[in-house]
Amino acid sequence: MPAPAASAAPAAGGRRRARTILTAAGLTLGGIALLAFSVGVAITLGPADVSLVNVRDVLLNHLAEADIPVRVTEDAIVWQERLPRALVAAACGAGLGLCGAIMQSLLRNPLADPYVLGVSSGASTGAVAVGVLGLGGAALGLSGGAFIGALVAFALVLGLSKMAGGGNDRVVLAGVASTQLFSALTSLIVFAFADSDETRGVMFWLLGSLEGVRWNDVALCLSVVAAGTLICLRYAHALDAFAFGDEVASSLGLNVRRVRLLLLLMTALITATLVSVAGAIGFVGLVLPHAARLLFGSRHTRIVPATAVLGAIFMVWVDAGSRVAFAPTPLPVGVGTALIGVPVFIALLARRRRAA
Amino acid sequence: MSLAAENVSWSREGTLVVDGVTLRPAPGDTVGLLGPNGSGKSSLLRLMQGVAKPSAGTVRLDGEALSSIPRRSIARAVAVVSQHAQTDMDILVEDVVRLGRIPHRGTWGGDPEADRAAVVRALEHTGLADKADRLWHTLSGGERQRVQIARALAQEPRELLLDEPTNHLDIRHQLELLTLVTRLPVTSIVALHDLNLAAMFCDQLVVLKDGAVVAGGTPREVLTPALIRDVYEVDAEVRYDDARGRVAISFEPAALAAH
Repeated sequence: MPAPAASAAPAAGGRRRARTILTAAGLTLGGIALLAFSVGVAITLGPADVSLVNVRDVLLNHLAEADIPVRVTEDAIVWQERLPRALVAAACGAGLGLCGAIMQSLLRNPLADPYVLGVSSGASTGAVAVGVLGLGGAALGLSGGAFIGALVAFALVLGLSKMAGGGNDRVVLAGVASTQLFSALTSLIVFAFADSDETRGVMFWLLGSLEGVRWNDVALCLSVVAAGTLICLRYAHALDAFAFGDEVASSLGLNVRRVRLLLLLMTALITATLVSVAGAIGFVGLVLPHAARLLFGSRHTRIVPATAVLGAIFMVWVDAGSRVAFAPTPLPVGVGTALIGVPVFIALLARRRRAA
Repeated sequence: MSLAAENVSWSREGTLVVDGVTLRPAPGDTVGLLGPNGSGKSSLLRLMQGVAKPSAGTVRLDGEALSSIPRRSIARAVAVVSQHAQTDMDILVEDVVRLGRIPHRGTWGGDPEADRAAVVRALEHTGLADKADRLWHTLSGGERQRVQIARALAQEPRELLLDEPTNHLDIRHQLELLTLVTRLPVTSIVALHDLNLAAMFCDQLVVLKDGAVVAGGTPREVLTPALIRDVYEVDAEVRYDDARGRVAISFEPAALAAH
């Protein structure tokens, strides 16, 4: 009896493994197909009419050098405006979602995300300081300012929460303080030093906006988010290990300090890049990791790709929605994400109280 | 040879919390660490798992200084269960146990069949096979601690360090948990508060006071009224139950007026 059982087990294991890999591949491909479809449809939405066929023709012209006749305005709307915009939206959704997933794991707090913890506010202040005050000069740029602002805000939040005893809930409280401080600083800079044109631009951008993004923004956002996704996948098991805190993670062989520093710096970098392009879009990082967990369980090998793809799809639709809701007046995209995110935040709070 | 502390001291923020402790558990033994709050039990366990470095002396794993061994290699030999593991995440029991396989992974992957087999073995060993698909936070306190032990077993360690693992459990679950621990095919070092449980389950006891070892040996050798008086400052009657072959301790109420 033992012999056949022993030989049957590896075969069954092999089949199971093959099935797992197939399922994972299928889900990933399905998700990417859904994302591509979403981008295609989102491009057709907006004040000016563009059909899916137009979108396909323009894409074929540019990507495959097909010579399909399209009107110049349609080509401009699709290729210069809406496609880069949809791609940046996708990058923002994926990137902010990943940042949320990392923070929720490392800080062991389901309410953590770059916006709630004030990292986005810090990035805004940094960007405004460079853009309006001219701090650091042209070499620093908005992204550089946003990055420094994000780092300062993150350091402040972690320092404050440590000072207050380091509990899980302290992080969110420290985030509230940090958010208020940096929004006040941003407002101060804007009201004291910006002219009215600059003010309108900055305010719109602070609420999160994808108006006027260009192809160089696409390249920047996509490359940062793609690199971030790969690093997250590499550290997916480390992110799992933090579920029961630093001590357990350390006893599982992790260099807790190094992993935490690396991943938190990475979230600051991703957040800063995305904020410098699209402004402070709130609550995406909070909501999407929870959606991914609900659908695919707690393992980060699944949460990381699922959050990235779901986040991208989510943002593409919210951005398209905010473009058409009060057309021709565009709504800042952050308004839409907040209207969806805040109820989720409240639901999570209520659930935590029940669990406690 | 395995895991051993040699004359280790640890001075934390100017206070000597571990003072020249030597601990050489025999392979397979269950060693109880006793001592009042703040006597250095947890600190000693932290030194022995390598998360803190001793300010003097050496902790050795198979003769090699722990400080010169990579964290991941330590984690393949030494597993740790703390007194109160907690998480806010919705996580399945099976996924908690699977965490124990992390030290066995390479940079980009592990051996999925070995991982699976180790997880199944650990679940069976701890009687949790039927709870693999449950969510961690729906379990009772005793079951949660058992899951943590299963997670530690999935690490396939030779040494298991437990810091007051029965602290939040009722008496039945305390007995169940310690029975499980003593039957594991590993060397265990357990910090405990309850002297009767220590007497019942440990092969050897080490008693700490102010960071230093004040007594060591079998429960019968160590647990005397004089020692309990000296270390815990309470009066106790110690009987030896020949039929069961174990020590039973009963305490006298505290004399508050005397202080």
